[in-house]
Amino acid sequence: MSAKVITITSGKGGVGKTTATANIGAALANMGQRVACIDADIGLRNLDVVLGLENRIVYDLVDAVEGRCRLNQAMIKDKHIPNLFLIPSAQTRDKTAVSPSDMIRLCDELRPDLDWIIVDSPAGIERGFKNAIAPADQVIVVTNPEVSAVRDADRIIGIVEAEEKGTPKLLINRLDPEMVKQNNMLSADDVVDLLAIHLLGIVPEDKEVLISTNQGTPISLNNKSLAGQAYQNIARRIMGEDVPLLDLDKGSGFFNKLSSVFGSGD
Amino acid sequence: MDNFINRIFSKEPSSADKAKDRLRLVLINDRTDLSAASLENLKDDLLEVLSRYIQIDPKSMKIDITQEGREQRLIADIPISGPISRKY
Repeated sequence: MSAKVITITSGKGGVGKTTATANIGAALANMGQRVACIDADIGLRNLDVVLGLENRIVYDLVDAVEGRCRLNQAMIKDKHIPNLFLIPSAQTRDKTAVSPSDMIRLCDELRPDLDWIIVDSPAGIERGFKNAIAPADQVIVVTNPEVSAVRDADRIIGIVEAEEKGTPKLLINRLDPEMVKQNNMLSADDVVDLLAIHLLGIVPEDKEVLISTNQGTPISLNNKSLAGQAYQNIARRIMGEDVPLLDLDKGSGFFNKLSSVFGSGD
Repeated sequence: MDNFINRIFSKEPSSADKAKDRLRLVLINDRTDLSAASLENLKDDLLEVLSRYIQIDPKSMKIDITQEGREQRLIADIPISGPISRKY
């Protein structure tokens, strides 16, 4: 086995990088893959609470990098899925405690025992982001259908390409099909058209995401939630399966159909 | 249906259309590091150089940056109004 490293990034904060990391990691692990999620946001630890593992942390990423523990001591086993691990970030250190070469070394040490390493990047384009993309074989850019998030995503895509990490894939998060239909939200097609990169998946706005985060259980383990299904599909696409996009358009009544005949543009 | 009715009775573009149009310009500016103002300057300079060789009506000259995938392209459409009048 030699794991592939996928880095999840966005530029803008608050678009759902950590949620995407947790859910893609959980969905891949649920398919039988051995997965480690690394929180690369030093000083602002978050992936642990999203995965519900905050009470199990003894050692963190900085401890492992600085040799205060063995790497496997910093790997926390998930409570839901046995082949999912978390390497938490340090909460009390600054982001210069880890360098891009530290990240490459750490991931290379992990690769033989895993199938996937998912790195959760901090927001911004500084040291923490550079750390997160340094070991990446593939980069996923998360955005929301909002002007500020799309603009930052474009900047990030440019930087990732300049760093010769290939063209990233796009994850559009929190798309509200109802607002798209009313022409009050950029559609997935609009965002793909503007950013001109390959679309990996669309995660619809779903209240269940907050509820499952409250409970520390990834939404991708919930088959009834639309967002959960979207993350499962994204994981399958990462595995190389050809999975069609979810049909997010539930309002298919007569008037909606009539309206779409006259070109409501969704 | 609301949307359909809105489209018929309002001339105002939807907020999504506005967002897309604004983003299109912002992304071109960000990617090329060329503001709308410096594009105007480029246009003036270009006009000045071209006018030494051909006769151009400045009003019919169109210069835009378009997006093709992740690449930007400067498109100049410059109708020639006639040969330049030379002094003999």
